[in-house]
Order: sequence, then C-alpha cells, then structure tokens
Amino acid sequence: MEFLNSIFVKPFADMVGAPDFLLQVLWEGLVAGVLYALIALGFVLIYKSSRIFNFAQGIMVVFAALTLVGFHEKGVPALLAVPLTLLVMFILAVAIERAVLRPLVNQPDLILFMATIGITLFLIGFGEIIFGGENKVMITEQLYIPTGSFEFEPFGGFVSIEQKDLTAVIGAVLLVVGLLVFLNRSKMGRAIRALGDDHQAALSVGISLSTIWVLVWFIAGVIALATGIVWGARAGVSFALEVIAFKALPVLMLGGLESVLGAIVGGLAIGVLEKLFEIYWGQPLLGGNTETWFAFVLALVVLLFRPQGLFGEKIIERV
Amino acid sequence: MNSRPENLVVAAPDDGIPAGELLMDVRNVSLSFGGVKAITDISFNVRKGEIRAIIGPNGAGKTSMLNVINGFYTPQQGTIVFRGQERRSMKPHHAVRQGIARTFQNVALFKGMSTLDNIMAGRSVLMKRNLFWQMFWHGPALREEIEHREKVEEIIDFLEIEHIRRTPVGKLPYGLQKRVELGRALAMEPSLLLLDEPMAGMNLEEKEDMSRFIIDVNRQRGTTIALIEHDMGVVMDLSDRVVVLDYGKKIADDIPDVVKSDKHVIDAYLGVAH
Repeated sequence: MEFLNSIFVKPFADMVGAPDFLLQVLWEGLVAGVLYALIALGFVLIYKSSRIFNFAQGIMVVFAALTLVGFHEKGVPALLAVPLTLLVMFILAVAIERAVLRPLVNQPDLILFMATIGITLFLIGFGEIIFGGENKVMITEQLYIPTGSFEFEPFGGFVSIEQKDLTAVIGAVLLVVGLLVFLNRSKMGRAIRALGDDHQAALSVGISLSTIWVLVWFIAGVIALATGIVWGARAGVSFALEVIAFKALPVLMLGGLESVLGAIVGGLAIGVLEKLFEIYWGQPLLGGNTETWFAFVLALVVLLFRPQGLFGEKIIERV
Repeated sequence: MNSRPENLVVAAPDDGIPAGELLMDVRNVSLSFGGVKAITDISFNVRKGEIRAIIGPNGAGKTSMLNVINGFYTPQQGTIVFRGQERRSMKPHHAVRQGIARTFQNVALFKGMSTLDNIMAGRSVLMKRNLFWQMFWHGPALREEIEHREKVEEIIDFLEIEHIRRTPVGKLPYGLQKRVELGRALAMEPSLLLLDEPMAGMNLEEKEDMSRFIIDVNRQRGTTIALIEHDMGVVMDLSDRVVVLDYGKKIADDIPDVVKSDKHVIDAYLGVAH
C-alpha cells in the first residue's frame, strides 16, 4: 500500500503541492528536449534524403563546437569564427560526399551505416590531432549569448530561467522554422524529399545526387554547430559530448526516422518526460540517475505498439 | 473518348532539328560489366519525330542501351551524338538538361508523394528562380510555380488522371502508376522520350489506353520516342522503325514489316536448331 501510494499518489501530490518547482522541472526538461530534437533533426534530414542512418551526427556536433572554439583560440573574433566554422562544415560535407558517399552509391544501407561509423572514428582521431583531447569552454559571452537569468515568483514560489537556455530555445525554433519552410516550399526541398523516395527516379528528372547530398550534409553540419554551441554553453566542449547523439536514438524511435515534426515532438516529449520521471519517481524510488535509461525504455514501449514510430510515414507496400 | 485538349501547349521544345532529321546517333557503343558483355558494338540512330522501338529477347541488352543513353551507364567504347553534340559519358542530370526523359521497367516514382507532386518534380529542371525567392514563396517564384502548375494540370488532363491528383502514388494500381510516370517524363518537355516497357504487366484495356497516349504524344507534340516493348503486336503497330538486339548485338534494323519477316529475328525469338 505504501509502495503503490509512492508511485501513483505522492508524485502527483508533490506536483500540485509545489507548482513553481514543477514549472522549473518542466522548463529544464523542455530545454534538454530542444537539444535532443535538434540532434534528431540532423539524423532525420540525412535519412530522408539518402536512407543513411548517420551515426556521425553526434561527432559532427563535437567537431563543429571544437572548430568554433579552436578558431577563437587562434585569435579569430568570435563573430568571424562562426562563418569560418560554417565554411569548415561545408568542406566537410563536400569531402564526405566525394570520399565516402559517391564510391558507395547503390550499396546496401548497412554498408553506408558502417561508413558513417568510419566517419565518426575518423573525426574523433582527426579532431584530437588538431584540437587536442582536453575539455574546452564554449565562447558563450563572445558570441553575445546572455548569461544572466530571469526569475519569476509564480504561485508565491520561485522559478529561474537562464537566459542562455532561453536563447537556445528561441534559436532552435528559428532554425527549425527556416528548415521546414525550405524543405516544403523550395525546389531544392522538393528534390531532397524526392531523392529520399527513389534514387533512380530522382536522377531521371534531373536531380543531381551529389549536389543534394552535399547540401543535406551541410545542413546537418549547420544543425550540428547550433547544437554544439548550445550544448557546449551548458556542459563544456569535449568529445564526451558525442554520447548525446545516443540520446537522439530513442527520439528517432519515438518520432520516426523520416518525420521532421516527429523529431521535434519526440525530442521535446523525451526531454520533459525523462526530467519529470527523474525528479518525481526516479530520485525518491530508484536512487536517481534514471535519465540515462528512461528514454530508451520509453522508446521500446512505443516500438512495441507502433513500429514506425509515432509520426513515421505509413509503410505502403504493394504485394 | 472524353474531351482532351487537342492543341497541347506543352510541346516538345524547338531544338532546331527539322522532322525526319537525325536527333540521336549511337555509334559503335560497347558496354560490359566485368567479363559480361551487355552490349557489343551497337550503332543505330533516332530521327526527329519518329517512334523508334528497341526489341529483343530477355537479356538482349535493351535496358542497358537505355541506361547508356540517359547517362546511368558509361560505355567502354563508342559515342552518342545527341542534338549535334558528341559524348561518351554524361551524368543523368546533364542528360535531362539536354532533353532526355525516361520511364522505367519497374516504375520508379516518388511513392510517398502525390500524383501532382510527382509530375511537378518533373518540372524542377525547368524552374529557374533562385533559392532566395523560393524560400519566401513569393514574387517571381510564385508566378513561376503557378505557370508550371498550369502545364502540369494540362498533362494530368491529357493522361486522364484528374481523379487521382492528390493520391499518394504508392497507393495506386500498377497501370495508373505507369501513367503517372509517363506524365512525369512528359512534364520535362523532352526532345527524346525513352520508355522502358511502358505496357509491361498491363491488361488489354490499359495497353490500348497507353498506346493511345504514346501516339498522341508523338503526333500532337511531335515528341520523338524510343521505346522498349515485349508485346510484338504493340511494337509493330506503334513504331516507325525497329532495331532488334540479341545477346547484346544488333541483328536487324528496319521498318516493322521488314523486321517481322527477317530470318535472324525469327530465329532469335523462336530459337533455332544448331
């Protein structure tokens, strides 16, 4: 009885009892969710256009962040370092297309997936040679990202919202809106969707495989940089950041690999739910640290009932 | 027959080649995969405005030939002269820009997209406005999109597929998918239209419809067509000239009546005692 009470009654009583604290938890979850969504978005874009599950998205986040900080360490002004980093990400996209994707065109998905693991390992080694292995600090202030915090007192309580988190959320929203408009409204966007559907058909209507692939990997690089800046501002820049890519996996399972909307909703849902679970169930009942596994268990449950994810495209197959 | 536009605005582009003149000349093309020879020293030409058939038993190299023409394969030997330009290899998107459109044996459509979007995709090469305007769905890009939409609607009317305009093509029956695929190729306003077995897997009625569309495209728009087909009745009725391949070699090349009675062709199709 005591046990059931602590699962089904007490957490909700706590939530109602301290609504300000609940708000704080929700906000923290939302911010984490935005970041998960951003990473998942990088995966979705590349998967949509080339059916490649890009294992390297996580390391691209680290690589972009390190490059940005690296340029700044070399004395490049922060606001100039951003376009320079974008240039590096573009060169990386071209290099990946030339050296990896083009020779492997038409190979089975598994081989391309392995190739992205290769890219990951290469970028880890290459990054360490150039930038060294030690942790760096994101150049938050130099990029004019505000670092103070807003404080509210709703319900007679206390909620604190860090300005850099707020900036991150606003920035992510702008990025996503821009991306959606581009994908749905432009000829290039249509080409990206077409390519994901059928390579042969896309080629036959005059879509250039290499142009689109470079474009898509570059967009993934831009997303990686945005993620890197935001996450780096919260947790510092190091190769350990790469593991956040794994957090994108349950998001993708939840949202479906092909849905931009799914990535966003999935990311936010996992961010918020894992935070709620950690605070109200995990810490009192399970000794905490549930955030490392909660998302995966949730994804597993979703997969049991909807194998294509919550927003995945219906699998249409004629027999 | 219901009302179809008689004078189609979407015509084959004026490529400056008068009807009956050489549009494409395939010269001594050979293609092999490792040790397997798919095509051996094949030459033939296509004249502006004609319907040209490529026939032959299974594995004769017909589809390989089409793949060479639209740039999917690069031949080891030989060249192709198209609209006066000579080339050996070419990326598929360059071939499209030169005015070559095609359909596939096993229907290659964007299955998750609607009929309308599929055909619209065929016009992407013809769209000129830059990314900036496209992003904002505004100004010249919007005007352009509307223009292209009109042309696409015309094609939809022509192929009598109005009722499936918004349906994801993956849900359509095979015969209709083939028709949508033809629509997408037409939307590209090609100088040369390559059709890889346009009637494979169709019933008699669907075949008759498809034949009618092919003839109309050829007559009304003046589009030059090269097609591969297994149904001999259809081939002999539709085409102006026929080239016959067997084991990657050309064994006949003439008007249908002559090809029909050619000894080599009969042997290739019926088998011959050695």
